[in-house]
Amino acid sequence: MRVALAVPCYVDQFRPQAARATLALLERLGCDVRLDFDAPCCGQPMFNAGVVTAARAAAENWVRQSSDFDAIVMPSGSCTQHVRHHLPPFLGSGTAAYAAKVTYELCEFIAGPLGRPTLAGRFPHRVAMHLGCHAQRGLRLGGASELHQPLDGPMHSLLAGLDGLTFATLSRPDECCGFGGSFAVGEADVSVAMGCDKLADLDASGAQVLVSSDPSCLLHLEAIARHRGSSLRTMHVAELLEEATR
Amino acid sequence: MSAPVGAARRGHSEAAAGFLVDAERAAWHDQSLWFMRQKRDKATALPEWEQLRFAGSALKTHAMSRLADLLEEFERKATANGVVVHWARDAAEHNAIVLGILHAAGVTRVSKSKSMLTEECGLNPFLEARGIEVVDTDLGERIVQLAKEPPSHIVIPAIHWKREEIGELFHRTIGTPAGESSPDALAAAARVHLRDALLNAGAGITGANAIVAETGGVVVCTNEGNADLGMHSAPIHIACVGIEKIVATRDDLGVLLRLLARSGTGQPVTSYTTHVNSPKPGGAMHVVLVDNGRTARLADEVMRTALHCIRCGACLNTCPVYRRSGGYSYGHVVQGPIGAMLAPAVDLDVHSTLPFASTLCGSCADVCPVRIDIPTQLLAWRARAAAAKRLPRGYALLFPLLGWVLASLNRYERLARWGRRIQRLLPPSWISGRWNPWTRPGRALPLLADESFREWAQREGRHT
Ligand code: SF4
Repeated sequence: MRVALAVPCYVDQFRPQAARATLALLERLGCDVRLDFDAPCCGQPMFNAGVVTAARAAAENWVRQSSDFDAIVMPSGSCTQHVRHHLPPFLGSGTAAYAAKVTYELCEFIAGPLGRPTLAGRFPHRVAMHLGCHAQRGLRLGGASELHQPLDGPMHSLLAGLDGLTFATLSRPDECCGFGGSFAVGEADVSVAMGCDKLADLDASGAQVLVSSDPSCLLHLEAIARHRGSSLRTMHVAELLEEATR
Repeated sequence: MSAPVGAARRGHSEAAAGFLVDAERAAWHDQSLWFMRQKRDKATALPEWEQLRFAGSALKTHAMSRLADLLEEFERKATANGVVVHWARDAAEHNAIVLGILHAAGVTRVSKSKSMLTEECGLNPFLEARGIEVVDTDLGERIVQLAKEPPSHIVIPAIHWKREEIGELFHRTIGTPAGESSPDALAAAARVHLRDALLNAGAGITGANAIVAETGGVVVCTNEGNADLGMHSAPIHIACVGIEKIVATRDDLGVLLRLLARSGTGQPVTSYTTHVNSPKPGGAMHVVLVDNGRTARLADEVMRTALHCIRCGACLNTCPVYRRSGGYSYGHVVQGPIGAMLAPAVDLDVHSTLPFASTLCGSCADVCPVRIDIPTQLLAWRARAAAAKRLPRGYALLFPLLGWVLASLNRYERLARWGRRIQRLLPPSWISGRWNPWTRPGRALPLLADESFREWAQREGRHT
């Protein structure tokens, strides 16, 4: 199986360690991972800002790359959701439909096509899990409280299988952290207010580590935590799994 | 209608920033609404809840697909029951019809039970300017009326008022003792005050939660019984209804009413659910059916399902943005996620920032009892705002540029290298600060990694 690691632009630039952890983890799980997926961005930032004309070239570029691979794995739920749900109707091409079919969020890929819903490893810390909204309610990679579903899903099962890991319970486990792409800047004050509430919830839960499958949520929460001088450790789920299973 | 003027003009983001200045009040607002959301969660934990939502969505789709037929059937049945049915193309016609009815009967005092449609049409100021006294009889609605404000929430109009403030308002306006803030005492005072208005009104205006084609009847839900008192104590009952409120049969109502109460207030059923099919003996009953842009929305394939909305308010309560920006930041009669998609349909120029007042988290779609896909429609509104050159400030510059950069690996990598260089050279204080919306409200600047993943892969010879 030719597996491409597609690294979204902001992960590439701001959190490359998440991409490196993804690579290491996938290789340890026996995948032949290719790094020649040569498109920087799926077009989501422009698309979500409504500037669809500016999203097209990036999206087409992205989709064109996909035809060379059997699976494309992204360490980002929101980019995966964009590729899967927005690109086929937007580009209306067979390649877009193919890309939508073979693109996976990392945990989804490990638990699904790789058939490893749990991994052997150890992570003796109290961990708060944060699913990005697009992973949770867009890709349905976790239960939604609105639908009275338990919080599980591929990321939860991978984490739950680790020795020593305990989950911190948040009072609003699936409330949006306030990042929201262009929202973080266009509605900066509300965005920060939401992030602050998330951090307060995290503090109250006694979490030592915040883990997410979306580096964008982490980027935003970390930036607020840093401003407030909080020492919360944030990890992308790939970083956590890689460290725990090393 | 009289929505705070500044809000829409300044845009949602600025208005929300204003709301957030009082951090304590904003936190309290968030908590009060989250409490409603939790009540909703408890009340909707039914084994058949998801089936109910599908049923609700399907029966609305059905009703909207046969809208004209059902409305005509309603008119036939209602007329046969002795009800006078009026048709209003827009807000102006609606107001003129109501005024005409009042004038013909020589009415100068009207009691009104909560109706978002009359808010939408600006009925109160219209009637008051013509010498007719209007008393809103829903407690929350009366509070905002006394304060000369529009509602800030479609179901809980005075949710932004603290009880101490209500005590003060009542002291000033209806003469309760100074310093009185116990909810019981204030409610009792309001009850006396409202009873007088209810008993001495020449007409009672109500909204309607549904009208039923099969019976020609009007269904009104309240928790205070004020609609019932209003329509029964006055000789004339006028029900003002948006045409999308029609359902085909009484059986459909069984689904909708369960969805409404549980989603909106977390009750199994509203305290008073009243079916009115005909005028009381010796009295008159009018129904004003209002379009005001609804058929135009029906013709819009992408945005059509917005008409399914039963105004339960659940999407407001769950919306993390609404909770932290307050109802007035929307500058529209309907606030929150549903308002953000209804308002641009009314006037995209004025309300162009509302579709951007969302993280697209999707919680609204998951609580919506009639399964309206709000995020997808907000996204579509964003694209329309862009096409109409009505993007929020900065977007029209930034995103085309970003698109140009991200469309080419080469340009992207070069820009990133430059960014890293600048980051190394410039003191951080130059790139953070008041002008930078990322850092201004209390966020540190995220730093570009010393080496991007791609650079690493190339250095390691991993890029094949
Ligand atoms: S959009 Fe749905 S959740 Fe929101 S008020 Fe309407 S019916 Fe209720």
